[in-house]
Amino acid sequence: MGEVSLTVNGKKVTKTVEDRTLLSTLLREHLSLTGTHIGCDTSQCGACTVHVNGNAVKSCAVFAAQVDGGEITTIEGLADGGDLHPMQSAFREHHGLQCGYCTPGMIMMAVDIVKRHPQGLTEEVIRKELEGNICRCTGYHNIVKAIDAAAKTMQSTPAMAAE
Amino acid sequence: MGIEGIGARVLRKEDKRFITGEGRYTDDIVEHNMAQGVFLRSPHAHAKIVSIDTSAAEAMPGVVGVVTGQQLIDGAVGNIICGWMIYSKDGSPMKAAPWKVMDPEVVRHVGQPVALVVAESKSEAEDAAEAIVVEYEELPAITDFSKAMDAGVPQVHPEAENNLICDWQLGDEAATDSAFASAAHVVELELEQNRLVPNAIEPRAAIASYNKAEDHFTLNSTSQNPHVARLVLSAFYNIAPEHKLRVIAPDVGGGFGSKIYIYPEEITCLWAAKHLGRPIKWVADRTEAFMTDAHGRDHVTKAKLALDADHKFIGLKVDTIANIGAYMSLFSSATPTYLYATLLAGQYTTPNIYANVKLVYSHTTPVDAYRGAGRPEATFVVERIVEAAARQLGVSPIELRRKNFIQTFPYQTPVLMNYDPTDFNALLEKGLAAIKYDEYPARKAEAEARGKLRGLGMSCYIEACGLAPSKAVGQLGGGVGQWESAEVRVNPVGTIELLTGSHSHGQGHETTFAQVIADRFGLPVDNVAIVHGDTDKIQFGMGSYGSRSGPVGMGAIAKALAKVEAKAKKLAGHLLEADENDIVIENGELKVAGTDKKLAWHEMTLGAYTAHNIPDDMEPGLSEKAFYDPANFTFPAGTFICEVEVDPATGVTQVINFVAVDDFGVIVNPNVVEGQVHGGLAQGIGQALFEEAIYDANGQLLTASYMDYCMPRADDLPNFSLDHVVTPNPNNPLGVKGCGEAGAIGAPAAVINAVTDAVGHEHVTMPATPEKVWRALQQNRPAMAAE
Repeated sequence: MGEVSLTVNGKKVTKTVEDRTLLSTLLREHLSLTGTHIGCDTSQCGACTVHVNGNAVKSCAVFAAQVDGGEITTIEGLADGGDLHPMQSAFREHHGLQCGYCTPGMIMMAVDIVKRHPQGLTEEVIRKELEGNICRCTGYHNIVKAIDAAAKTMQSTPAMAAE
Repeated sequence: MGIEGIGARVLRKEDKRFITGEGRYTDDIVEHNMAQGVFLRSPHAHAKIVSIDTSAAEAMPGVVGVVTGQQLIDGAVGNIICGWMIYSKDGSPMKAAPWKVMDPEVVRHVGQPVALVVAESKSEAEDAAEAIVVEYEELPAITDFSKAMDAGVPQVHPEAENNLICDWQLGDEAATDSAFASAAHVVELELEQNRLVPNAIEPRAAIASYNKAEDHFTLNSTSQNPHVARLVLSAFYNIAPEHKLRVIAPDVGGGFGSKIYIYPEEITCLWAAKHLGRPIKWVADRTEAFMTDAHGRDHVTKAKLALDADHKFIGLKVDTIANIGAYMSLFSSATPTYLYATLLAGQYTTPNIYANVKLVYSHTTPVDAYRGAGRPEATFVVERIVEAAARQLGVSPIELRRKNFIQTFPYQTPVLMNYDPTDFNALLEKGLAAIKYDEYPARKAEAEARGKLRGLGMSCYIEACGLAPSKAVGQLGGGVGQWESAEVRVNPVGTIELLTGSHSHGQGHETTFAQVIADRFGLPVDNVAIVHGDTDKIQFGMGSYGSRSGPVGMGAIAKALAKVEAKAKKLAGHLLEADENDIVIENGELKVAGTDKKLAWHEMTLGAYTAHNIPDDMEPGLSEKAFYDPANFTFPAGTFICEVEVDPATGVTQVINFVAVDDFGVIVNPNVVEGQVHGGLAQGIGQALFEEAIYDANGQLLTASYMDYCMPRADDLPNFSLDHVVTPNPNNPLGVKGCGEAGAIGAPAAVINAVTDAVGHEHVTMPATPEKVWRALQQNRPAMAAE
């Protein structure tokens, strides 16, 4: 057992957890942030993607203790109060989700993709970058459209692009 | 239609919770005093269980208890049922062997549950499961099901001699044979349907709890059909009578068929919740899902097509062996028979069709309905052999199809189905226009100049969905009715709760069903709440599978709405002192036609509930129920055209263009329908190019994770080009046909027709991996070089 201190969605939290506790377990079971989903056990599906210190990370593939002191953003912390993040809005507007299970991970990864490509995105780049996130419902068609649209919105908002 | 009515691209109401992380899936739910369950599973495909010693596990930290199969048998828990009786051609019933919930004596596939460990935490339960000592006596296994009936192979069940469950037939064999005797041309093809794993991204999960004082169970579960779950848990598995068991299917993360069935895990957890006195949560990990979710497809088929001198199809004969796995799952008998051979006419006037299907056991995970269920297999047979026939005869596959298309409707096929109207020529024309068929030779030449091989293939599918008239299903051996129910509760303030027996696990019912109401009464969709997935709230429901939420679920809604409308008009007529037949409802108002007299919707609804001034023969309130049993199956049809590019150096196939033109009848929400098609196409392309569950000769599942089973990813797939032909379904109150499975049904044949066109070789099996395509090219090298 050990103590892990994190800033999660802007709030400081300290939890005593088993050494083998995964970040995803800490978020879901100790903090009740159940928007982060578990779809596999080989870090392939990406449903558990969150941001750790600003970068997309598969939270089922890191121990909570490894990110001690880190800043975590989950899907629950992405919206700015009542205002949805442009990526969240774009997924809805472009029907980029069906069952919703892969969606939080998709959205967190998509935000990261946009940030890593300040020069802009092509459909081909979006598809390559989504290789680590599996969706079984949408055939990706509308997810790609949503990310493309949100990227344009984010990049026309300087503060968001620089985040 | 109004801005939120039928046909409008209304954004989904349910999305808000999913994009903010507020969805509520089974694993997100926590019950007071809940313990965690973990199943110990067989590592062997076939073995006798000599002994199970749980004593060390029970002494482990945090362990609440361990349940083994004998306890369930002693507790009178019933065997798992197959819900559809079929008969062999000699008239004998199928030989279904007992499926014990956790067989304490024999394991018959890798992953079969042997014990449930319940502990305070999942990790403690996992640790304890490892401490259970099971002594197995390993037995030889049969996993190559095409050899399951051979002499001397291992037997799965004593009840099914030679592993043969049923030797089933459909059609007139003598007439078909005589068609072949008179044929000018006969085309033969051997085909394989690869075994697939449905792979909803949310793994199966259950939370079972028991209230001792009330002697009442609650099951939260990842179910596509909670009432069906409650019915079988009550009637067959003896968990509790229906009024003592509530089944809730909260947000469910995809199903694709795999969450229709009631599996050993839910049954065991319910029993254990009572006997251990704790709520129990069980959540499958991905490898458990691979080993235990019902798999799909898995056929080998020999097909032959007879043509006359004018290239008209005169006979089709099909011999199929279908793998059922180790046990007969709920719809496992219907899927490779009545959901398969009844579609072998396809879009064509073939007058003589005969199919023989042998259903066999093997030491593999049970196989059952997966998105499309039988119809992808039928479409693959028909559309592959038609394409092969065109190539063999040296005629255009387009012209060959046109020559044989059914042109007049309704059309009675020789294999039971009576098709609704559609327009196969119009579907094909739109498909050819969308793919820019006339420019294809130039694209092919351009690819050739780069050293790449282009191929183009099409698939003109028809399917039967919306299962279906209960009487017809009953006559064919189905064990349940296939109607749907709905209840429309209009509140005093005029808002509406719609309670539906359909279940949404991604299909968008909270939006589309609200649109049906918005359309009828001119109310905003935000004034309508959809209630589903809870046996305590909804009167009954058969759930969602077989593309039935649209044609059957919405049929029930339409029927209940008609009752609401009739009562609303009667009341409005009374209040406005007008004839009820003169009342029209539009834009949220009830108007007397041709006058300026009107009532707001909420004035009428409030009047119904105050009941101060209603007709003497009218009951107060405004709430109506309906059960809707369709008059026929529905018959979505379409043309899919796939263009691929193969790299001859590596065998890698890339889908360049994919066009899907469908006739789904009336479309309620184009966004949702297109999304369903996209997803279906991805699964169909996945079957054709990527996916396959593989067992080794010992019965080990080699593809039990996303590292090994190739799921289609974003960069494996193209943008899809969709179009529609709309022929309203005359047998449905809303004119809809259903759209959930079409993509998965039509796509594999289109892709493989394109790949075999590129390769110049008919024998490329699914999935057409780079290795298989490359090898096919090497075999064909002399022919290719000579071309």
